[in-house]
Amino acid sequence: MAVYFLLPFWWLLVASTKNNEGLFDAGALWFNGFHFIDNVKLLFTQENGIYLTWLRNSAFYAVVSGVGATAISALAGYAFAKLRFPGRNALFALLLGLIMVPATALVLPTYLLMSQADLVDTIWAVILPSLLNPFGVYLLRVYIHDSIPDEMLEAARIDGAGEFRVFRSVALPAIRPALVTVLLFSMVASWNNFFLPLVMLSDDGLYPLTVGLRTWYMSAIMGNGGAATFNVIITGALVAIVPLIVAFLMLQRYWRGGLTIGAVK
Amino acid sequence: MTQVQTRSAAVAPAAAGPTQRRPFFGRAREAATGWLFVLPFAVLLVAFLLLPMAYAFKISLYRSTLIEGEVFAWFDNYQQAIDDPLVREGVLRVLIFGLIQTPVMIGLALLAALLIDAATSRFSRVFRLAAFVPYAVPVVIGTLMWGFLYSKSIGPLAWTGIDFVGSDTVLASLGNIVTWQWAGYNMIVLYAALQGVPKEIYESAKIDGAGQVQIALRIKTPMISSALVLATLFTIMGTLQFFTEPLILQPLNPGAITQHYTPNVYAYNQAFSFQQYNYSAAISFLLGAVVFVGSYIFLFATRKRSALR
Repeated sequence: MAVYFLLPFWWLLVASTKNNEGLFDAGALWFNGFHFIDNVKLLFTQENGIYLTWLRNSAFYAVVSGVGATAISALAGYAFAKLRFPGRNALFALLLGLIMVPATALVLPTYLLMSQADLVDTIWAVILPSLLNPFGVYLLRVYIHDSIPDEMLEAARIDGAGEFRVFRSVALPAIRPALVTVLLFSMVASWNNFFLPLVMLSDDGLYPLTVGLRTWYMSAIMGNGGAATFNVIITGALVAIVPLIVAFLMLQRYWRGGLTIGAVK
Repeated sequence: MTQVQTRSAAVAPAAAGPTQRRPFFGRAREAATGWLFVLPFAVLLVAFLLLPMAYAFKISLYRSTLIEGEVFAWFDNYQQAIDDPLVREGVLRVLIFGLIQTPVMIGLALLAALLIDAATSRFSRVFRLAAFVPYAVPVVIGTLMWGFLYSKSIGPLAWTGIDFVGSDTVLASLGNIVTWQWAGYNMIVLYAALQGVPKEIYESAKIDGAGQVQIALRIKTPMISSALVLATLFTIMGTLQFFTEPLILQPLNPGAITQHYTPNVYAYNQAFSFQQYNYSAAISFLLGAVVFVGSYIFLFATRKRSALR
């Protein structure tokens, strides 16, 4: 079974060392000449180095959406768990219901609303919708409810701390593992996002990697002139997934913890 | 959430009634702070969830033609969608896809989770990572990779002589991509649930003479049924919205992967290839409603085993 999961990666690694002609020779699973460096050079010079722009865009969208979504979710999760305000239960019930709304059904109407607000084809069209993370709010509410005793917050208030300070200095440090989990998953969701940027963006200078690589792939298959060849696309795919795999391996304990928070009590 | 209750019950004597509980923190101020804290989230919820939903519903009730302009058409678009053979074809396709792919993938994930739960720690660590890595790959890139692997000219599977993107094989090939991408994720979820089962239960079963296989099937599997239910639910929800994989593989065989291959692909093409926004909104809204209602019914029917109570 492990072979099934890993073999495509082995193929990708081997294929990224071949030039375009080498790809069509027999023996797809073994090396045939070493052109990896050439491929990387080609990748970063194709269409005036637009791949680097896509890489930067993906990173920018992931960091801004991830940090923003986590901060907003933490504030809301804390309020739902520890503060009493009118409408709290109604809003939380609404949130639980809306977690079930399929994201893809919202992309088209969001596009139409964005186009009325003149925000289509700007970075905001990708970032603003990604800041909404109802599931993150739910996870953080559960976690804060479980891990922070009211007495701890009370003590800080008696010491004269303002409400935001209590949140920042007492609550946030206590929920760091959950925060990292939500951050990791919102960043990955944004890095992997395809449908939203596909619909929102038409300027290829704003594309993230997912949308950019697809346009290369489309024109390579269709045989339109001027676009990247297969060896460049394969190397581009490899370069796009290596940072994610490294991040996942390094942050293992967080994603494993995160999956557990979500699925199991 | 039982843990929470016991914990707060243990400290209950220390806390007084709600009116005395917060002498330095008035109720009005607490309410104001609470709203201030949820405000950014509430604004986003309205702007990017409720408003688009309401807007989609509104435009789905209109019809736009060159002669008449925008006219209110009641539920004509929905009627058209229900009668549309292309919608039916797509719905039937994702249903068949889901009925086969979901049990295969969840079964595979369960088998893998049971195996690594019983295996030695080093092997299970390596295997867990190997199976999870595909999840870290963006769906677009995973699909691109498999597109190359399926390729007759450069793929390593060419020796099999199978046309992986032929009109009768492409659905299975898409199923393979989805399984490859998500089986490891589900396996980790199920494995984490297995870790939560108290080990004493296995001991007593062993004393009663149960073998490893019996323990796995009769004790472990029922004990993690809530995680199984959730994993199945998320898979079904994903299946109905099937979009990225067929869209990416489309250029490989446009004759087989049509513009109406799945309801979501159809809605996308109606909007962005034919500017039929009203009809597209009706399809999207219908699909969203089916996923929403379907997952509620599924959770309700299995609520005894579900973690989302």
